[in-house]
Amino acid sequence: MQATGRLRGALPGIMTRSTGNRSSGRLLYWLLLPVFVISILPIVRLAFEGVFVGGVPSLDYFRDVLGSGATWQATANSLYTAGLGTIISLVIGGAFAFLVALTDVRAKAALVFCFMIPMMIPPQITALSWVQLTGPSSALLNAFGMAPPMGSPQPLYSAEGIALLLGIQHASIVFLTLRANLRMIPREQIEAARLAGARGGRLWWQIILPLTSPGLIAGTAMAFVTALGNFGIPAMLGIPANYPTLPTLIYQKLAGFGPSVLGEVSVLAMLIGAIAICGVAIHHRLLANRDYRLMGMVGRPLDIRLGARRSLVETILWAVLIAILVVPLMALIATSLVPAFGVKLNLGNFSFGAFYEVLFVQPSTIRAFHNSFLLSVGAAVTLVLVCLPLAYVMVRKPSKLTKLINLLIEVPYALPGVVLAIACILLFIKVPVIEISLYGTLGIIFIAYLARFLVIALRPVMNSFTQLDPALEEAAQACGAGLWRRLRDVLLPLAAPSAAAGALLVFLTAFNELTVSALLWSAGNETLGVLIFNLDDSGDTVLASAVAVLVVLVVIALMSCFQLASRRLPKGVVPWQT
Amino acid sequence: MADINLSRITKCFGDYRALDQVSLDISDGEFVALLGPSGCGKTTLLRLLAGFEEPGEGQISIGGQVVAYPAKGVMVSPEDRNLGIVFQSYALWPHMSVARNVGYPLEVRGMNRADRDRRIAEALDIVALGPYADRSPAELSGGQRQRVALARCLVMEPRAVLLDEPLANLDVHLRETMQQAFLDFHRRTGATMIYVTHDQAEAMAMADRIAVMDKGHIRQMAAPETLYREPADRMVAGFVGAGSVLPITGVQVENGGTCSVKLGDTRIAARVCPKLANSGHINGQAGLCLRPEDVWVEDEAPLRGKVEDCVYLGGRFRLSVRIDDDHTLPVYANRRARVGDPIGLKVADGWVFDRLAGEVA
Repeated sequence: MQATGRLRGALPGIMTRSTGNRSSGRLLYWLLLPVFVISILPIVRLAFEGVFVGGVPSLDYFRDVLGSGATWQATANSLYTAGLGTIISLVIGGAFAFLVALTDVRAKAALVFCFMIPMMIPPQITALSWVQLTGPSSALLNAFGMAPPMGSPQPLYSAEGIALLLGIQHASIVFLTLRANLRMIPREQIEAARLAGARGGRLWWQIILPLTSPGLIAGTAMAFVTALGNFGIPAMLGIPANYPTLPTLIYQKLAGFGPSVLGEVSVLAMLIGAIAICGVAIHHRLLANRDYRLMGMVGRPLDIRLGARRSLVETILWAVLIAILVVPLMALIATSLVPAFGVKLNLGNFSFGAFYEVLFVQPSTIRAFHNSFLLSVGAAVTLVLVCLPLAYVMVRKPSKLTKLINLLIEVPYALPGVVLAIACILLFIKVPVIEISLYGTLGIIFIAYLARFLVIALRPVMNSFTQLDPALEEAAQACGAGLWRRLRDVLLPLAAPSAAAGALLVFLTAFNELTVSALLWSAGNETLGVLIFNLDDSGDTVLASAVAVLVVLVVIALMSCFQLASRRLPKGVVPWQT
Repeated sequence: MADINLSRITKCFGDYRALDQVSLDISDGEFVALLGPSGCGKTTLLRLLAGFEEPGEGQISIGGQVVAYPAKGVMVSPEDRNLGIVFQSYALWPHMSVARNVGYPLEVRGMNRADRDRRIAEALDIVALGPYADRSPAELSGGQRQRVALARCLVMEPRAVLLDEPLANLDVHLRETMQQAFLDFHRRTGATMIYVTHDQAEAMAMADRIAVMDKGHIRQMAAPETLYREPADRMVAGFVGAGSVLPITGVQVENGGTCSVKLGDTRIAARVCPKLANSGHINGQAGLCLRPEDVWVEDEAPLRGKVEDCVYLGGRFRLSVRIDDDHTLPVYANRRARVGDPIGLKVADGWVFDRLAGEVA
């Protein structure tokens, strides 16, 4: 009796406290709402276009699009180029990650820094510079008299050319995810395997590779999805070769215009979205069975001695870097220096006229730099603030809803930028409820950026939450720290490096972004990507190259700043830092 | 400080019943060990107490306050339970100094700087880590880290301290020192302590009472010596102590809680559990638990066997002696014996219990 009396006396206080705690837990779920509105609603809105013909539900568009041979040809092409490109990314990025993270090659910081640059350069510029590099009209090759004879085909205008550039462009993605994972491997686990007698290939195949499989799988999935949605490279290389992929097919449909264009584009977008979701779903399925939370203190990084082969390995690494980075950039610079497009460059006739023109004559360049800077910093900061609690909900309080959102947020990133742009226009041309149009403002680009880059910011934070020992949080909980307090004092500081890494990636990617803003820009609101595209489109290839060179210089300068600051920042903030 | 009551707690993970109708009462200031093989549910029980898991059924109260009662929708979250917990992995926050780790509970409670610093210094002194206040946890050894974790509990003056295999990551010498540290801590603070371990020596050395768990049930809850002398069933008898459990038949119960048991070609006297003593006779099989210190070598004794194994323990030998096809006895001896030698044994004491199979009390 006494016990029940005590029980009753204690109950009211408990009830309020208990609900108080739950509501703060529920508060987290409200975070899913803006995520839903920004990254999923536009896609849903676009999907409507596909299933309604003149306001009536209909499968006509599906029948037309799915019945067309061109659709399936483009799908096959997309899968082939993205698949082959992913393999190339995996080979290049994987080899770099393993060698840099696990062996004693020298000048790691410089290697990593240079390897990150291709990813930070917009795909159009990559494609532009490679096209400038190879083929009969190459300014660089002509300057050395090494160009193939006029009339010979441009070798990059092919499926393999597209795949090669996709592979190079996205190798850094594989590299980054994999290296983050490799750095978490405690030395003991490798040492244990070596003592068990594993050496050479066996050590790599049976221990290191399985331990890094989460990173490998994540990196592969991300590279594939990114390659699938890439527009710049297949547009520059595939359209001249008459080799359509899904993103370029969508672009061509839009360019062709017609009454049914939105419906057909919507169905094509769903198709590419479905492929992307399949890729991501396989990725999650593969990761689900692996709880490789690495135990033990992560102490000194591994240094597998390469011995006599070290110089050879280093030479190969630098040769690859020169081939994928330095040479194409040289070609780009060469093009920006020619007095007029097509003129043969030599030491006597180079000119900085194009740079003078874009920097001091046309006001749009500085404006575009300003706009791009504003948008990318804004997107990076906003996304990190959202991603910390969001990643917490997704990792620590998983439910069917979070799992669904986890899949769906990949879609805006996987869809070609033009599709996301159309979706955003459809939804925000007149925002429901408040009746304001965002179209024609920087706001709509900003929202589209949030949708598109959410995944980039979210994944590193989610990864670091997954690898965190839950006891760290539970200990704080036992100390009396509530949810927000734990987030602030324990989880945030521990996840800060990966959050900062995510923010940096968002910033650098958004800074050069073209495809989303290509449809969303308006006079005065152009971004750097749009500027380059418009210049190139109107035949000013030299001016476009000049702006591209400036962009690359700014990107490298920004990256150098972070590199220099990295010693003062906590470990892991600069994503490529060793 | 508070007493803790668990009543008919059930916890399932999917189809798996981690805990099945477990009841447990722990008095204020008691040091209780939860002992069992891995997967027995002991850690789940601790996590339910801490509030990291919610029971499916049953009721948990701490110091008279109901903290979990799913039938009424009551669930006090861990941060409101005022319980300290020490994890096997220490769970020190790597981005905070030792002092800030220790002072964190006070920081959360909004204590002012001066009081906080004083309490941190006191707590660090108790675990003899005063000079390490400004170090980072990464610079400490395993034992030091665990003492920091202990100080972090101490500083918040919790109603009870929960310890989840805190010594499993430490070496043997350090374990003994840390056991002493936990005992000192217990004596000094009088805190209720609940200690999860799979190491019976650890449990016996420290706990006032031990709850032996297996497959989601508590098999027996008793003082260490009772557990050792009078195990309730085969699982407990086998898990606790270096003894041997023999299946026996033909038990003759005598007066005064003793009985006579047929062993090999002879009979020995043993104590018998009250249930068997009261019923007066035994149908079917019972179990005989023999401890090695109750059996010794006597060349002329009627109970004969063959030495199967001989291990030097330092000061004495432990023999394993086979007396017939299904029975092997552990024996302490002063002299080394050759494997295969015939030997005579005298059994001074034994404990007969009735439960051989896996049924539950």
